[in-house]
Amino acid sequence: MPKLLSMHDAIAEFVPDGSSVAVGLQLEQMIPFAAGHEIIRQKRRELRLIGPISDCLFDQLIGAGCVKDVVAAWVGNVMMGQAYNFRRAVEAGEVRVFNMTNFTIALGLQAGAMGLPFLPTRTAMGSDVPKGNHFFYQIISPFEPKEMLLAVRAIVPDVTIVHVQRADEEGNAHCWGNFGVMLEAVRAARKVIVIAEEIVSPEIIASDPNRTMIPGFLVSAVVREPFGAHPSPVQGYYSRDNDFFRQYHAETKTPDEYGRWRAEWVDGLKSRAEYLERLGHPRIDALKVKKHAFSAPADYGY
Amino acid sequence: MNFTLGELMVAAAAREIRDGEVVFVGMRLPLIAFVVAKRTHAPNCVGLFENGVIRTKPAPELIYTMADPPNLLHATQCLDMMGVMGLLQSGRVDLGFLGAAEVDRCGNLNSTQVQGKNGLLRLPGSGGACDIASLARRFVAMIEHSPHRLPQRVSYITSPGNGDGKGFRRRAGLPRGGPAAIITTKAVLRFGEDGEAYLYSHHPGVSVDDVVGSTGWKLRVGDEVQETPVPSQGELRAIREYDTQGFWTS
Repeated sequence: MPKLLSMHDAIAEFVPDGSSVAVGLQLEQMIPFAAGHEIIRQKRRELRLIGPISDCLFDQLIGAGCVKDVVAAWVGNVMMGQAYNFRRAVEAGEVRVFNMTNFTIALGLQAGAMGLPFLPTRTAMGSDVPKGNHFFYQIISPFEPKEMLLAVRAIVPDVTIVHVQRADEEGNAHCWGNFGVMLEAVRAARKVIVIAEEIVSPEIIASDPNRTMIPGFLVSAVVREPFGAHPSPVQGYYSRDNDFFRQYHAETKTPDEYGRWRAEWVDGLKSRAEYLERLGHPRIDALKVKKHAFSAPADYGY
Repeated sequence: MNFTLGELMVAAAAREIRDGEVVFVGMRLPLIAFVVAKRTHAPNCVGLFENGVIRTKPAPELIYTMADPPNLLHATQCLDMMGVMGLLQSGRVDLGFLGAAEVDRCGNLNSTQVQGKNGLLRLPGSGGACDIASLARRFVAMIEHSPHRLPQRVSYITSPGNGDGKGFRRRAGLPRGGPAAIITTKAVLRFGEDGEAYLYSHHPGVSVDDVVGSTGWKLRVGDEVQETPVPSQGELRAIREYDTQGFWTS
């Protein structure tokens, strides 16, 4: 079955209601906003969102009523601070939060990736994060000295959605820049959707296997979506649109304001292509790479 | 000499970094403190960022988040969170920086939820703060100085400081560390042997009474309270050449 799908079809097929979805895994880089917007347009409900720091993607999904609970270390708008939909929904008891830390999100996903029930750590002991939180359990090391440790429960997302620079049609994907917890989340998930700025030939991917962060056999769907991470940055493709994050902060303080924002940027648009039209060429051009910085080629010959 | 409060706090934070140290940089003001330290007294410090970036040179231009493209360009290494968090857990990080909504008498931090008039107010959460506070050899927090932000006891410990006092960290199972300083908008607090904060220095133009009166507990005053040193010309130059619009430091 061909894996190369439209964003609409990839979300329709692989993100059903009630799914646990790991997304926004590279911290503030390469956040799959286009996928998030398609989830909102398709009115998905009862989702569990998993991620370390979502920037404001989680806030948008929560404000649209897609989310039942959140397994995250931090939810907000990184450069501006608070995100309002998240705060309102949690304070009203509409969305439950399982408080994690960045490291314990990574450990939970790594346990999932390795087929283990948990991984131990020394972090978060003495904090309130593990209290009443079923992702944590205090254990004693079986080895001398028999130290107290914290077990972090495995996290196995139904689907992990990642945005990368380039992939082939099988989902073998090159990614460079910072990875955050993407590698663990890809290996832990039951299904993986890869969204790429470019679809390239298998020969290009195979030319640099050290850069192949995702092997295609783990991938269920591949979507070509240029500028699909905007307003977050994609190294080597476009910069962070800081003004967009500022505007989101200013324009989404109340549910009505967020409704208007969503009508303008999500619900009133059919696709990412229409989103880019709304964004306009001058703004897009201003974000494109100004000064290329290519790495030296690596010789894989023998 | 003219400088802003933000510049004073960034310079104070930068001075917490000793040359050659490995520093977990964190978000917001500390992003600049690392740059200032690199360009002034600590050219050999190493910066770790939880997105997986390690830098021995500061980013070439202003960044708003640790994953902004300039923070990746010419980095020492760009990999994953598990790698840098593993270094943190195994004791290879000297100093970490944190922000919080509340810091209490024993240096515990809350960035998860606070009690408001009409119930709980939800905040963004830990991010990597709990990990840094748990695992770095020492940490420094930055916060606005008011009785609400500096309560006797935080309502939720997102990031553990000295808990309820001396010996808490060892009893809790934490391997090392604890708070070294709290840099506020009025003062710098440090911690005694008993794990409790005391006034170490007040910022220029702020009286000791003002600091004590703006703190949510009876703040101990150190024997030799100093005035927080003003930023040097070199520090101000480093801040202003970087944060040209004053986004973080105006």
